[in-house]
Amino acid sequence: MRRPSSFLLAGRRYSPAASLLLAAPFLLLIVVVFLLPLATLLHESLFLPSPGLQHYERALAEPVYLRVMLRTLRIAAQVTALALVLAWPLAWVMSRSKGLGLALLAAAVLLPLWTSVLVRTYAWMVLLQRNGVVNQWLQKLGLTDEPLKLLYTEPAVVLAMAHVLLPFMVLPIYSALKGIPEDYTRAAQMLGASAWASFREVIWPLALPGVTSGCLMVFLLALGFFVTPALIGGPQQMMIATLVSQQVREMLDWSFAGALVGILLAFVLLLTVIFRRAVRLDRFVGQG
Amino acid sequence: MAEAARHQGGILLEGLVKRFGPVAAIDGVSLAVQPGEFLALLGPSGSGKTSILMTIAGFEFPDAGRVVIGGEEVTWTPPNRRNLGMVFQRYTLFPHMTVLENIAFPLKMRGVARAAREEQARAALRTVRLESYGDRRPAQLSGGQQQRVAIARAIVYRPRVLLMDEPLSALDKNLREEMQIEIKQLQREIGITVVFVTHDQTEALTMADRVAVLDHGRLQQLGAPRALYEAPETPFVARFIGETNFFQGRAGGAASDGALFPVQLDNGAQIHALAVGAIAAGARLTLALRPERLRLAPAGAPGLAAEVREAIYVGNATTLLLRGADGATLRARIPAGAGFSEPAPGEHVTLQWEAGDARAFAAAA
Ligand SMILES: Nc1ncnc2c1ncn2[C@@H]1O[C@H](COP(=O)(O)OP(=O)(O)O)[C@@H](O)[C@H]1O
Ligand SMILES: [Mg+2]
Repeated sequence: MRRPSSFLLAGRRYSPAASLLLAAPFLLLIVVVFLLPLATLLHESLFLPSPGLQHYERALAEPVYLRVMLRTLRIAAQVTALALVLAWPLAWVMSRSKGLGLALLAAAVLLPLWTSVLVRTYAWMVLLQRNGVVNQWLQKLGLTDEPLKLLYTEPAVVLAMAHVLLPFMVLPIYSALKGIPEDYTRAAQMLGASAWASFREVIWPLALPGVTSGCLMVFLLALGFFVTPALIGGPQQMMIATLVSQQVREMLDWSFAGALVGILLAFVLLLTVIFRRAVRLDRFVGQG
Repeated sequence: MAEAARHQGGILLEGLVKRFGPVAAIDGVSLAVQPGEFLALLGPSGSGKTSILMTIAGFEFPDAGRVVIGGEEVTWTPPNRRNLGMVFQRYTLFPHMTVLENIAFPLKMRGVARAAREEQARAALRTVRLESYGDRRPAQLSGGQQQRVAIARAIVYRPRVLLMDEPLSALDKNLREEMQIEIKQLQREIGITVVFVTHDQTEALTMADRVAVLDHGRLQQLGAPRALYEAPETPFVARFIGETNFFQGRAGGAASDGALFPVQLDNGAQIHALAVGAIAAGARLTLALRPERLRLAPAGAPGLAAEVREAIYVGNATTLLLRGADGATLRARIPAGAGFSEPAPGEHVTLQWEAGDARAFAAAA
């Protein structure tokens, strides 16, 4: 990838030194509240009580932990897929509407983002519990005789997480679709493309950077998600963030927690690098 | 191939009406485009040109009327089944494909094999003289080059008709004039029917075999450039194409179409004019007179008295701005090098003309 020697900001070129200065407060914050604690944790996982990979070996060898990690991956993948399926039509309609319609749709997407994740998760618990709204309806409609177990199941976790993370999928796809002029679809049709062909050959490839960044964002957030899986999934559907928290708070085993974080981090970095290769980074933000 | 296209490419519009809410974007337009003809749709912004083109293309469906292409009714056929070519006002090359892939796209949609696709795309690229640009991305081309590629993409599958919606309006003047000639030549070479939308009268007159002048969704006049300029059929056409002096008056007698008849101008002058359409005795009239048809005579001669306000030298002619006896501003054009004297501002003169050069239209009631 081509490395720029200076940065373009609001049409002005800044030297690397000036850019660094402008970014300094943020970088400082990142170092102090994020990188330092993370380094400490990773250090503990590698050197305490004695130097070596014993914590990592344990995490990868014991079926209990491996199962949590695989479940985390599986749930994150399902959440990403579900969010994509829900987000695409919404983003499409948004990109083709304006005025009040667009304002309402945007509010519907953004409003949840301004509400606490905790609130949204409790809302799902109210819906899904034994005497919750969903079970009442199912019984009223005669689809089931007795309440179903909805809470503390994997599908419930996937559904609730997909809802919570939906804006992160909608927004990048919307911005990619917004950047595709309507004339492109018209041109494609004029040239003989059916609706499906113009989607496949023109719309999808042009929206792909938005789709990729949305998927990556949702997948990565889902991997480390804590509140929703802990409340909706309970202990049976434990994901890695809950496991880490358990190790720290209940077992007081910081070194093992550090190893789990290290594995998650390595995986996330690997994934990011792969995706960065697949889609050039500068196309992540808006139309490249 | 060109011969076959000739027989397919006729377009017939019958009684087209298209409303957007209270606005009639197309208000009862009927016209026929001959196979292989270059027709320009000319009119001010909002006159319905794009709506007509979109109805021919199949992106808009009319509220009334029919669209017939190559003898086959296509009023309700979707755009991708009409086999027409179109070049849009804005650049619509697909940014994620190379130039060659763009041109090959319509062939791919028609199931042409890869090798044949590439060969035909290269040939089309040659016809627009961009053969060495095939592997570039559209963003690496200038605006003019992009529109040439768009033309190549629109003709590579040999559509029966090529539709163009102000394709040159984003280009600067010199390039625009160059491409006008280029498109015209290309059209002659491949014998394709072209419907070309523009609001630029010079562009329409330069390129088209015939021009359809539109205003408020209505067809004002359809004719060859010369006929439009020399024999406008409505005051709108007289005003929209070229420059015109207008007078108001009243018919001194009844007249049939094309007859010379006496007219009483509101400024008091008694003249003779050519009737456009049948005119009833005493009818209110609008009269149109081209500036270059006015001759200057000394003050006091029979004709219209006027005072020269300004003389503007424009190289091949001098444009005079004059004030009539009633205060109206008039224009006259004196060609350079023909030995006419050029009066100075402030001078009083008399304007004369051949009776047949004053065209009288019955004013809309
Ligand atoms: N999609 C539309 N919705 C509402 N009004 C439209 C639409 N398309 C065109 N119009 C109206 O129809 C009239 C003709 O427009 P158009 O065909 O674009 O004219 P032109 O191409 O000559 O500028 C205008 O008054 C325009 O505002
Ligand atoms: Mg238009």
